[in-house]
Amino acid sequence: MMVTILDVVIAGLLLGGIYALIAVGLSLQYGVARVLNIAHGEFIMLGAFATWVLYSVSGINPLVSLVIVSPVIFIIGFILHRTLFRSLLNSSPSLAAFEGSSLLAAFGLLFIIQNIAILVWGADIKGYSYLAFPVNLGGAVFGANRLVALLFAVVIGLVFYLFLARTRLGKAIRAAAQDPASAGLMGVNINRVLALCFGLGAVMAGSAGLLISMCYPIKATMGIEYTLIAIIVVVLGGLGSIPGSFIGGFILGIIGSIVTYFEPGLSIVAYYLIFVILILARPTGIMGR
Amino acid sequence: MDITALTSKKSLVPGLIAVILVILLATSPLYVPAYWVIRLTAILMYIIITVSWVIFSGPTGYMSLASAAFFGIGVYTSAVLGEALPLPVVIGIGGLICFCLALLVGAATLRLRGIYFAIFTFGLAELIKHVLLWWEIHVTGTRGRFVITVDNTTVFYVILLIFVVALLTAYFIRHSKYGAALRSIGENEEAAAHAGINVTMVKVITFAISAVFIGAAGAIMATRWTYVEPYYAFNPLYSFMPVLMAIFGGMGQLYGPILGATVFTYLEEELITRIPELYMIIFGIILIVAILYLPNGLVGLIQKWRKGGSVEQNADT
Repeated sequence: MMVTILDVVIAGLLLGGIYALIAVGLSLQYGVARVLNIAHGEFIMLGAFATWVLYSVSGINPLVSLVIVSPVIFIIGFILHRTLFRSLLNSSPSLAAFEGSSLLAAFGLLFIIQNIAILVWGADIKGYSYLAFPVNLGGAVFGANRLVALLFAVVIGLVFYLFLARTRLGKAIRAAAQDPASAGLMGVNINRVLALCFGLGAVMAGSAGLLISMCYPIKATMGIEYTLIAIIVVVLGGLGSIPGSFIGGFILGIIGSIVTYFEPGLSIVAYYLIFVILILARPTGIMGR
Repeated sequence: MDITALTSKKSLVPGLIAVILVILLATSPLYVPAYWVIRLTAILMYIIITVSWVIFSGPTGYMSLASAAFFGIGVYTSAVLGEALPLPVVIGIGGLICFCLALLVGAATLRLRGIYFAIFTFGLAELIKHVLLWWEIHVTGTRGRFVITVDNTTVFYVILLIFVVALLTAYFIRHSKYGAALRSIGENEEAAAHAGINVTMVKVITFAISAVFIGAAGAIMATRWTYVEPYYAFNPLYSFMPVLMAIFGGMGQLYGPILGATVFTYLEEELITRIPELYMIIFGIILIVAILYLPNGLVGLIQKWRKGGSVEQNADT
């Protein structure tokens, strides 16, 4: 019995680490840059495929790939915000109008990125084996790759938290999240901060993709699934609350793991049920303002 | 009121054009190839979904992503009841179930504004899809169902009928007191409530009416597919497409969404058949370009061209 509980909880944490990372990324893009990025999952997919290519073609260790994949995805995200979302923001009469039009533009991005991925890598399922040996944790057995993925998810989350809490740039981001107009008056370069946040959100997605590729098979159309989970977690944690998203990721992971233990087919149903009930009962989420 | 007199005079020419178009469409199976009847059916289906979406979301500004839920329910009504009941009854039941569901959803989501309403409706469609999928696999024992088929011409005429009714409904709502109430909700909900509008009632009823046509369209389209499964019937694209088509066409005029849906559906089918490997890229680029450079859609473009670039005062937004 104890082993079963341990098994379910650890499986939930392993899942939750990935969920937390992708949700923090989305939360950053929505909470600060106001883009509900429905193409978020496509950056996860790009990160996963980049890692797979680097590993299977050049033999580069997936964890080392982090320093190659992250900057590239950051630049893509940064430029996207600087060009596309910037001009949408300028032409939108209100913030609500921008939220609507940026959601649709992100939908267009989803189509473009996914099609490019299918053209380059094909539509088949891909995967590789890395650190795929079992580890015994007090009776519960898990793949080493999944434990490493959890470790990295937590480390990336912590590093990002320290960046937000301790650096000047982090302070600028927090200021922009609270009140962009006043932050601008205080000398924060708002345009740069928003683009930075979008880029950082994409990096979170990309590195989550990297970790996912270590543990699960990947394919070009995998993105949307993860986008939906990220949206659920972000709502669970409170739209715009970054710590809420991080904690929400682990909560959803454990819920998923518990439901899967009793009835594997119902975990997605449980996610959406929680999501729908939560929006009705407490739209601000568990940590919302 | 003089406003109604004005609209009736103004709408004489467009009304005449609409009647001629419907007559042309109704007689088209007599002289166009069968293949084109099928394509027209697809175009009309998307127009129905888009116009229905605009009835509620256009004036109020609440972005509904529940179209896929209504469409899928229509499809499954057909799949479950298609053999037992005659076609018109099945379509009616499909519409009715959607009407009731929309009433419930509308009543439950009254407090939700902006992006919350959009993600709630989207989540609802996904929830129904996954519950149904689980039910089919674990209780029914199969993933999909076979639907009794109906010949293409019948499907076309049923779709045409739903199209005409949807269009008339949209027109009358837009030009009635009711439409004015909806627009005032979109502009400022509190002010509308203070002005004596029963905001809750107007919103919920309109949402439910708009759902009927989407459900009915789903019920009849299912007969063309022969085999349905939850992922197919509740495809999120049915939620996103009407939004894109409406914005692409422009929501300022009633013909905007029709134009948008027609051009979009035609383009989509041409791209899928001609360059399937690049279809999504081109589609995505068109989408982004339209959002960036056509804020008022094709309607805005037409008006600009007609007025010679002068700023157009638009009473119907």
